[in-house]
Amino acid sequence: MKYLAPTTIEGAVRLLSEASGSTRILAGGTDTIVQLNAEQIEPDLIVDIKRIGEIRGITNENGGFRIGAAVSCAEMTEHDGVRDLWPGCVEAAGLIGSTQVQGRATIAGNLCNGSPAADSVPAMVAAGAVVRIIGTDGSRDVAVEKIPVGPGKTSIGADEFVHSIFLPPRPERSGDAYLRFIPRTEMDIAVVGVGINLTMDASGVCTAARVALGAVAETVLLVEEAGDTLIGTHIDDAALDNLARAVSAACKPINDKRGTVEFRTRVAGVLAKRVAKIAAERARG
Amino acid sequence: MADIDRLEKVDGFKVVGTRPNRPDGVDKVTGRARFGADIHAPGMLIGKVLRSPHPHAKILSIDTTRALALSGVKAVLTSDDFGDVPAMHQATLHNVMAHNKALYEGHAIAAVAAVDVAIARKAIKLIDVEYEILPHVTDVDAAMAEDAPLLHEDNFTSGIDPKPSKPSNIATWSEFGHGNLDEGFSQADIILEREFTTEATHQGYIEPHACLATYSEDGNSEIWCTTQGHFLVRDTCAALLDIAVSRLRVTASEIGGGFGGKTVVYLEPLALALSRKAGRPVKMVMSRSEVFRSTGPTSSSSMRVKIGVRKDGRIIAADAHLNYQSGAFGGFIAMLGAMCAYACYSLENVRATANEVLTNRPMQASYRAPGAPIVNFAVESVIDELAVELELDPIEFRLMNAAKEGDRSSYGPVFDQIGLIQTLETARDHPHYQATLAKGQARGMAVGFWFNFGGLTSVSLNVNFDGTVTVSVGRPDIGGSRAAMCQMAAEELGIPYDNVRTIIADTSSLGFNDTTDGSRTTFANGLAIIRAARGAIRDMCARAAKTWDIPEEAVEWVDGCARPCGSNAGDFEPMCIAEIARKSPKTGGPIAGHHEVNAEGAGVSFAVHIADVKVDEETGRTDICRYTVVQDAGKAIHPAYVEGQYQGGAAQGIGWALNEGYVYGDDGIMQNPGFLDYRMPVCSDLPMIEAKIIEIPNKGHPYGVRGVGETSIVPPLATVANAICSATGVRMTQIPMAPPVLLKAIEKNNKQV
Repeated sequence: MKYLAPTTIEGAVRLLSEASGSTRILAGGTDTIVQLNAEQIEPDLIVDIKRIGEIRGITNENGGFRIGAAVSCAEMTEHDGVRDLWPGCVEAAGLIGSTQVQGRATIAGNLCNGSPAADSVPAMVAAGAVVRIIGTDGSRDVAVEKIPVGPGKTSIGADEFVHSIFLPPRPERSGDAYLRFIPRTEMDIAVVGVGINLTMDASGVCTAARVALGAVAETVLLVEEAGDTLIGTHIDDAALDNLARAVSAACKPINDKRGTVEFRTRVAGVLAKRVAKIAAERARG
Repeated sequence: MADIDRLEKVDGFKVVGTRPNRPDGVDKVTGRARFGADIHAPGMLIGKVLRSPHPHAKILSIDTTRALALSGVKAVLTSDDFGDVPAMHQATLHNVMAHNKALYEGHAIAAVAAVDVAIARKAIKLIDVEYEILPHVTDVDAAMAEDAPLLHEDNFTSGIDPKPSKPSNIATWSEFGHGNLDEGFSQADIILEREFTTEATHQGYIEPHACLATYSEDGNSEIWCTTQGHFLVRDTCAALLDIAVSRLRVTASEIGGGFGGKTVVYLEPLALALSRKAGRPVKMVMSRSEVFRSTGPTSSSSMRVKIGVRKDGRIIAADAHLNYQSGAFGGFIAMLGAMCAYACYSLENVRATANEVLTNRPMQASYRAPGAPIVNFAVESVIDELAVELELDPIEFRLMNAAKEGDRSSYGPVFDQIGLIQTLETARDHPHYQATLAKGQARGMAVGFWFNFGGLTSVSLNVNFDGTVTVSVGRPDIGGSRAAMCQMAAEELGIPYDNVRTIIADTSSLGFNDTTDGSRTTFANGLAIIRAARGAIRDMCARAAKTWDIPEEAVEWVDGCARPCGSNAGDFEPMCIAEIARKSPKTGGPIAGHHEVNAEGAGVSFAVHIADVKVDEETGRTDICRYTVVQDAGKAIHPAYVEGQYQGGAAQGIGWALNEGYVYGDDGIMQNPGFLDYRMPVCSDLPMIEAKIIEIPNKGHPYGVRGVGETSIVPPLATVANAICSATGVRMTQIPMAPPVLLKAIEKNNKQV
């Protein structure tokens, strides 16, 4: 196994395009190193992207924020601008692992690990985040929900890697939130995760809503029908009940060591109501 | 000399009862302390184990040719490398290395030693094993079925007379009790009969098993390992490898938790056998997955409990039947469960029976009060339900039926001075029990029992020329016991705590010591140290008498000094320990004390736990909001470490109650062999656990010490279950009470209401 740490985008692209065996991108390493130790992966080449200066920062871009692929969750949660604009995304990043893990883990890595239970992904999907991918053919921008294609699988090519994730600017009276269910208080993996991002008009009527679910299907789900239950309402109890029903209906979970189909389906609805209330509260200001 | 043979000391302590820093503390917080894996030897090889991927399979052949051919591989080990062993060690041998059959997923099949870890890992994959897969069983009830696959064709249930005619998976049958149950139940006004199940848990020590073994050409060998009992490691390894006990020296490393799980050998005999084959030191360290799949855990169980009461609140008859799953080899834990079942109660008609059941799971190991928390969950749940039926306060109901001095216990012996009633009364009057519940919270309590043990003990105590003292003990310190040893020696000798240093000596330096388990260390080591110190004091008084030329009887030991006493003693300035020690070369040589004993008289102890919980009825999630432990310590030598034991036991019990548990698929494979999905509580899951020490002296110890390490894990399962029942109206009969299980029960209950 070879370990290389390029310092430029071009260098990283060249390494990936020239690689013959299996490769693995390393950013924070909080998944990759664990998988290596557990002998779950045996890559021929590890490309560490942490030394590429261009992807180590958070930059303001047209009122949104571009978050470099090597930015740690801790750096993100300590960034006032991001926290003010996308509190739900930040609280999701702040749930990954532990304080120590967040010092190294990145949201790009959380996305690329391809886990349906990744905490930051439903929040980013709800936010409409856009992923910039770099490869031999240059760069392309893709909606975040298009990245995971199955457990542990993504649509990113072998010669590509994530450059950054863009959290877009948003209208006034918008709010987002993320909650997950875990049996413990921290250091755990979501049994169900729900991210909701919504916008209201001046009279308090919801005009846009995106609802994303984690750990209830093979990939994180963007559930448009669930968002529709909120649009045109004041997010009152009746709307929340409809939301819960739509969310539960969209769940396609499995029975496993972390929870049953029945439990996940039920709790996804319960969490969605709680998340929508927080998001609405934030939108109302 | 008047005071020297006194055995009782109940007050006037100077060092005992204080809270000095632990002697191993600085090294542990700075990282200097050396644990099992923190050792290296010149020329050291790395050993790795090939483990069975099947829960039950016949091993048709093992071909090690390809592994041995790999450059860097120095030895490969299979069961063929071990000869016959005495019957008492056969299960251990067949557990550390599968013999003809793999009995559980993770069972060791072969091992390699190679120059580095990468080559060792690669070599493991080059060992070709041909298996014939057999049907398996991991569930305790399924394993007792007529048509269940048999683990051992030659297992006939022991404890039954006459011997059964057919083999089965029931290893042992146990029965305890007295009186006439039928008569008792016929007088009962209320009889409740309930069934319960619990899942297996792991001890969950943070430090995985690790060792370094060196076998020399001259036949001498050494093991360094993380263990609760290095004498046990020595004697077991010597038996498995057929070497003389004197040839093997075992040194215990610092230990990162054991909780009973490090009272058996796993890697040590393999490392030593690999070293013997390779002619080089061999180090082995388990991964967390190996720890879960191949070591520990405790039993899973199914149980039936039946209790009858009169309207006046008196329990008139109590019966229990337990089936404890013991993994691939039988043990004694179901028996302990049956013994503990009703130990808290004064009963005329009582019976507890137990089956120890073999399954295709790892061989169970002791876990803190082994067997007791499981049955306590069942019994204390029914007791709680009866208190509700009788409209009695749960503590008052228990007080009405509590075991007391002179009662014949449900497991046989008559109780000596015990503190159950005082423990219950203290809990009842405790601010926690008296406090008004916060909104949305509910309260539960339970009481628990553990025997505590003594056993084989050998210690030595050396007085150095400067008057400081070194104590050598033979039991690893897993809970701060070195501090307690220093305190007891300092107390007896009348010198400051800081002038005593206690070390854990290796197996060649002391007589045999039983393992650090059974809550025995502070009791049994302490008793021996006190007597060793008294021996040294007697010697020092004699030397002072000789110096002063007065009779030995005319010298007493006060505050670290010999001084004349009595009418014919004469007038001499006191001679203190430093002076006597300095002059010792001229008065007869070095001064030391030692004591060897099979310590008896370990006093039983009881605990009452109180929990306030909040249940999220939409998700089934339980939060522990407040938790209090009230427990009898006999005498708390170091109160902070006693409190730590109470808190630690409670924390582990809460984990067992709520989220911990082995998850098996239909394939017989453990699905959660890691701390992510084997959910032990993390710090933020628990409130600060309040610990209230009660001291009802144990007459078997000079200072009254009772063991404190285990009792505290006994009541939490029932305590939390009873609190959840108060909160939701749902009586949980299944452990763990994980959110999916609890939510389902709540929703079922809501539909019925």
